[in-house]
Amino acid sequence: MNAAWIEVGLFFAVLLALVKPLGHYMALVYEGKPCGLNRVLGPVERGLYRLAGVRQDEEMTWKQYTVGLLLFNLLGVLVVFGLQRFQSLLPLNPQQLGDTTADLAFNTAVSFATNTNWQAYSGESTLSYLTQMLGLTVQNFLSAATGMAVLAALARGLVRRRVETIGNFWVDLVRSTLYILLPLSIVLALLLVSQGVVQTFGPAVETTLLDPTTDATGSAVATQTIPLGPAASQIAIKQLGTNGGGFFGVNSAHPLENATPLSNFLQVLAILLIPAAFCYTYGKLVGDVRQGWALLATMLLVFVPLVGLCIAAEQNGNPRLAELGVDQTASSQQSGGNMEGKEVRHGIAASALWAAVTTAASNGSVNAMHDSFTPLGGLVPMWLMQLGEVIFGGVGSGLYGLLIFALLAVFIAGLMVGRTPEYLGKKIESYEMKLAALVILIPPLVVLGGTALAVAVDAGRATVSNPGPHGFSQVLYALSSAGNNNGSAFAGLGVNNVFYNSLLGAAMLISRYWLIVPVLAIAGSLARKQTTPAGAGTLPTHTPLFIGLTAAMVLLVGALTFVPALALGPIVEHLQLIAK
Amino acid sequence: MSTNQTRPLFDPPIVRRAVRDSFAKLSPRHQLRNPVMFTVFVGSILTTILFGQSLLGPNSTSGGESPAFVGGIAAWLWFTVLFANFAEAMAEGRGKAQADSLRQSRRDVTAKQLREPRRDAVTQSVDASKLRQGDLVLVEAGDTIPADGEVIEGIATVNESAITGESAPVIRESGGDRSSVTGGTVVLSDWLIVRVSSDPGSSFLDRMISLVEGAKRQKTPNEIALDILLAAMTIVFLAACATLIPMSSYSATIAGRGAPVTLTIVVALLVCLIPTTIGGLLSAIGIAGMDRMIQANVIAVSGRAVEAAGDVDVLLLDKTGTITLGNRQAVEFIPAAGVKIEQLADAAQLSSLADETPEGRSIVVLAKEKYGLRGRDLQAQQAEFIPFTAQTRMSGVDVGGRQVRKGAAEAVETYVRERGGDFPATLRTEVERIAKQGGTPLVVSEGNRPLGVVYLKDIVKGGIRERFAQLRKMGIKTVMITGDNPLTAAAIAAEAGVDDFLAQATPEAKLKMIRDYQAGGRLVAMTGDGTNDSPALAQADVAVAMNSGTQAAKEAGNMVDLDSNPTKLIEIVEIGKQLLMTRGSLTTFSIANDVSKYFAVIPAAFAATYPELEVLNIMGLATPTSAVMSAVIFNALIIVLLIPLALRGVKYRSTGAAVALRDNLLVYGLGGLLVPFVGIKLVDLALVALHLT
Repeated sequence: MNAAWIEVGLFFAVLLALVKPLGHYMALVYEGKPCGLNRVLGPVERGLYRLAGVRQDEEMTWKQYTVGLLLFNLLGVLVVFGLQRFQSLLPLNPQQLGDTTADLAFNTAVSFATNTNWQAYSGESTLSYLTQMLGLTVQNFLSAATGMAVLAALARGLVRRRVETIGNFWVDLVRSTLYILLPLSIVLALLLVSQGVVQTFGPAVETTLLDPTTDATGSAVATQTIPLGPAASQIAIKQLGTNGGGFFGVNSAHPLENATPLSNFLQVLAILLIPAAFCYTYGKLVGDVRQGWALLATMLLVFVPLVGLCIAAEQNGNPRLAELGVDQTASSQQSGGNMEGKEVRHGIAASALWAAVTTAASNGSVNAMHDSFTPLGGLVPMWLMQLGEVIFGGVGSGLYGLLIFALLAVFIAGLMVGRTPEYLGKKIESYEMKLAALVILIPPLVVLGGTALAVAVDAGRATVSNPGPHGFSQVLYALSSAGNNNGSAFAGLGVNNVFYNSLLGAAMLISRYWLIVPVLAIAGSLARKQTTPAGAGTLPTHTPLFIGLTAAMVLLVGALTFVPALALGPIVEHLQLIAK
Repeated sequence: MSTNQTRPLFDPPIVRRAVRDSFAKLSPRHQLRNPVMFTVFVGSILTTILFGQSLLGPNSTSGGESPAFVGGIAAWLWFTVLFANFAEAMAEGRGKAQADSLRQSRRDVTAKQLREPRRDAVTQSVDASKLRQGDLVLVEAGDTIPADGEVIEGIATVNESAITGESAPVIRESGGDRSSVTGGTVVLSDWLIVRVSSDPGSSFLDRMISLVEGAKRQKTPNEIALDILLAAMTIVFLAACATLIPMSSYSATIAGRGAPVTLTIVVALLVCLIPTTIGGLLSAIGIAGMDRMIQANVIAVSGRAVEAAGDVDVLLLDKTGTITLGNRQAVEFIPAAGVKIEQLADAAQLSSLADETPEGRSIVVLAKEKYGLRGRDLQAQQAEFIPFTAQTRMSGVDVGGRQVRKGAAEAVETYVRERGGDFPATLRTEVERIAKQGGTPLVVSEGNRPLGVVYLKDIVKGGIRERFAQLRKMGIKTVMITGDNPLTAAAIAAEAGVDDFLAQATPEAKLKMIRDYQAGGRLVAMTGDGTNDSPALAQADVAVAMNSGTQAAKEAGNMVDLDSNPTKLIEIVEIGKQLLMTRGSLTTFSIANDVSKYFAVIPAAFAATYPELEVLNIMGLATPTSAVMSAVIFNALIIVLLIPLALRGVKYRSTGAAVALRDNLLVYGLGGLLVPFVGIKLVDLALVALHLT
């Protein structure tokens, strides 16, 4: 047990130690200052601009920025859709996998373009190497870079005064990819390969089983096909870009995707690395690093207790099993706790930590099956998503989401100190409130509306695999995941069908772009405003009080919106479990 | 109007009228203005229909609920709407009462219209309501001034108590800064020829009536922003509650027992969750803010201006009258070499006996207090008083062969030298020293001999320094505007504790200063009365014109101070801040309330399907129906209980933002979290005691 807490402690220590150096580096990248890699990557960057006919110093209004972003993302959806529909005719398909269905191709294309990486398919048995690399891996970079660009634009909106422009989307996109995601991915991929994660273009290997067995029909099974592929490269960006779409169906629970405790540590660290460091970057970009630290503190304030709750719930195990005399205490002989659906090589703490991390960030990769968590253990990841993916959240997107909550907190707190609310000197008026309200509204509407629809129609009820409140939890989890662009799955729910592929695909689309557009509009509106100098009458937004208020805002909106639904799922399930 | 200041919060006539109005406000068109209360309104109608259905016997939509329960919920939802209406009506009621008394002074008046701007021109009796801009009227003693206008000839005393509540008459005369008259005021003596400056219906009195009545009240920008937030929350909760029907229906199916949550419960939960407390009180808070302004005898042109007052970063304050007492006072006699101080005091007093200016009187007072010199009867001594003129810059007296003069140092020096006298260098040093300290040196001479200097000092108002320190704490910068030279200005600025000053201020310099501050993103407030203040008043974000000032100044400003008290600006800022704070605090309270309501309603709503949820009933409410009922009743009652707070505004103290936030969060955030737990439990206990469950 102690080892578990040491592991968690080490995780936070390493993460926080990396925030400042990486955050500083990223700030240099977005400010266009020399960052150390310019000699190598500068020519590549300029080459790309020349190729695309982009003028580096050309600034865009928020509308131009948004149109560029949307068109670019639409292109991404079309490419991934096309690659899947025609993969049987295209090269790099050693397993000769067939084309995917239209609804699955739509779902997957949207899923990767929106940085959700919901996987309705099983990678190794559905998608060719080409589709994975040219489609998914490319989108892993670009969808992440899209989110990062939006944050950079919002930061510019906050510091600029009386201008129309908020930066250049193409430049932000290229810099995010080239200077941040690519170098980090190369380093992480190499580290993962060193741990035994596969990286090959070779086809699957046939091996003879050491311990022959029989299949469901009773015929003898003596050989196994082990799928391989260029996994390490995809996994690196899947974690760093808060994508989460694994190379293999079972994601990072697969031994060839996540081989050792060290590879597990590196991957879980990589998930939160950029979202955490981005806080510092943001502070740098707006010229006050205290603002960045305050936002990071807000995230930790919500996150750390939930990590503790998740680990504790899993470590406590199942009371019904305890009644039957099963020993679930941790000892030198066993990890103890609820080990269903978890890898023995990871154990309780590493699995529960991962579950919290992957849902706090909008990553969604898994190293254990969340469906098998205890009700409370499963509640944590579900609720972390329902909070709107703002506690770390996606790269860029998490922070801009949290900033919207901060604007709400500023609005109410600002009134309480008797001034028209202002954030970083920018007055928050009805136009910003309108847009902020949209950002806060859309995800709950999508999640609740989608869940209600799914449980109301036969198509939605048909593929629920569990009885009782857990079945309801499966549906709620799936919608929470797609409606907040997380992509993690509770498993258990059959989702590769026309109904869920369409519903979840639509949920992902709406939640991503109906948030990005208002955020960019806010950036544009703030850039146009005059900045009020701070004084004693100004509400400070870096104090513990304000951090607490923002966290309370996130929790309250999250809790107040989802408590009734949660009561019908994990809460009642937990109460039933502990009853008697 | 001043009579209203003592009016209690719940004045019986106002309450009676408000109760009547709360029902009148049930019209859907009125409800639609407020998205939160409109939702409750629709919920009330819906539950009333459900109540009707339940009377017809158990059926599918009522879910087998008793008519008493559905009817009870419907009734309390109607109460919720009515209570919110009542709050608004109460806030308006105070204004309406004031409007009524104002209307009295707009009785039908017959005006004496003149063909030409001469007193002896032909007059024609015209109804006041027929007067148009540019018409000329004659107003004589006893007449009511028929319309707003500018005096173009004559001088008269006017009773303006109808507008200002101040019974002491004021002087109105042509030219200068006292030329504007207001319709509805009464001329007490003499006569005036007035050029009408407003068309019927747009006079100052009309504007004031519509303002205090709130007839044309428009939502202010900040109110709109808050409305959007509240509407968004309403939509979220609407989704959370509406989706419960399919969700609970599915849950009932998989659990194999219970029934979907009923429409009555869903509506009850929705009304409990949406921010009805702030939604119901929002417009009352806004109206009450305007009302507080009116009670401070300030007429704001719009609610927007009141709100902006809370945001002010820079206050431009005129030195005279605001920071210092209107006039300088003698504080010291400094004799020249070889002159006895008594001799100087005597001469100074003699020269000031006939001087009716405050400065002159203060010299007499000082001489009496310090040296026991009594006043003498100049008339008896056949003295000749030499008045001050801008040319001589001296005044004095010739009596019994003595020629005593006092005046500016240079003027007296010239005067003395012309008469062959000498002006000692030590005296000049003294003069410079006094000027450097912010005082005004007056040199006194007799014949061709300078006797010494009288130190006239600008007396900084008592307590003003502390006031400025408070403002600084609130983050507001104070700037003193004065016509004095920079040296004097600096000394007074330091003594009064203002942050900055503008010396030798011209209208242009004032305007430029405001523009500079605004370019730096600051909001500027100022007061003014003269026509030459108009450009600056028009430029400032919050501009308070003195009622005693010119029509031009009043037009340029966005507030008029009926008391014509420049210090009022500080009060105005505080009222503006208080308005925003009340909104913020009640919003926080309203949202924090929701936590307890979940604990009351959730276990009750799903009791049939999942009895395990009873664990969440931490308040130990008696039955599921009493739990839902208690939450709804508490939700309605809290609106009534908070009406006094909404009307009075939250307590305002001048502290920094961080402290204010901490205090208000503690009271309204934490309080909002805890209070309803107690409140709902008490209502539940009462319901049980009355056997209403």
